[in-house]
Amino acid sequence: MTLWVAVAAACALAYALKLAGYLVPHRLLEVPWVARVTPLLPVALLSSLVVTQAFVGDRTLVLDARAAGVAVAVVALLLRAPFLVVIALAAATAALLRAVS
Amino acid sequence: MTARAAREGRPARTPAGSWRYRPVVRQALAVGIATGAYGISAGALAVAAGLSVWQAMATSLLLFSGGSQFAFYGVIGTGGSPVAAVAASTLLGVRNGFYGLQLVRLLDVRGWRRAAAAQLTIDESTAVAVGQEDRTDQRVGFWTTGLAVFLLWNAMTLAGALLGTALGDPRALGLDAAAAAAFVALLWPRLRGRDPLAVAALAVLLTLVTAPLAPPGIPVLVAAVAALVVGLPGGSRRPA
Repeated sequence: MTLWVAVAAACALAYALKLAGYLVPHRLLEVPWVARVTPLLPVALLSSLVVTQAFVGDRTLVLDARAAGVAVAVVALLLRAPFLVVIALAAATAALLRAVS
Repeated sequence: MTARAAREGRPARTPAGSWRYRPVVRQALAVGIATGAYGISAGALAVAAGLSVWQAMATSLLLFSGGSQFAFYGVIGTGGSPVAAVAASTLLGVRNGFYGLQLVRLLDVRGWRRAAAAQLTIDESTAVAVGQEDRTDQRVGFWTTGLAVFLLWNAMTLAGALLGTALGDPRALGLDAAAAAAFVALLWPRLRGRDPLAVAALAVLLTLVTAPLAPPGIPVLVAAVAALVVGLPGGSRRPA
């Protein structure tokens, strides 16, 4: 139930932000510092999500099969592999390491 | 437009009915297929994080923004609170508002079309639209990309969610590593230039420091400060 409320809230806020761009007067949002911070926001959040998703477990820093998966993903990205190939390789790496350990 | 048309050996004035032969449509469909296909990972990661198939579909239909969806699943999946998940998802969606700001000038939409355009305002549809010089190409590019991604993204989310449910243990399948890799892949093209690299380094540092101290989901919100620290004093520097 709580999860449904969170899903609904996330959906409503996402749409409100999208619609705001079409409705809000330009002068309110075209402030230089807002224009500089906005493209950097996804970089900060995604960088943090990489760390929490790959190196954090139960409030400690850990190095496990997920880190190996991420390392393989980085190599795949350097070789310009498409998105789906990158994450399939990461999953396969982690699954394989867990299967043999 | 005229020069490009001549180079490609087609009439400069494209008849109204033949918009589907415009090169922008091919580009839009290619982007739509490539992006929509990875909806399968959204569906699989959503159920791996503990969402139901219906909840996974609600996020793809209504939230419809890849980065925000993955952030929501990521925070829930690593044990974060629903409030932290909503906050992370929403902060990642701020950029869509700025896309709308650019698109409102190109699209000239009113009423229900504006409501629909807002929902289709994402990285890919914006990129294809603003990448065109011709006004009609911009509009065709936006709508074709947006609709193609929307249809395929949702179909593939359903496939991924059903597949994820059927396959069972997400850890044995390495789906937690897949989620981490998804964030790396979403981050990758944004790391060009000094400011983004500085933000990424600071965000990683803030996360490593706060992760052992704060509940799951909170470090991600703390890391958002990195964008302010680097972006606010930027003065005359242009973002790379």
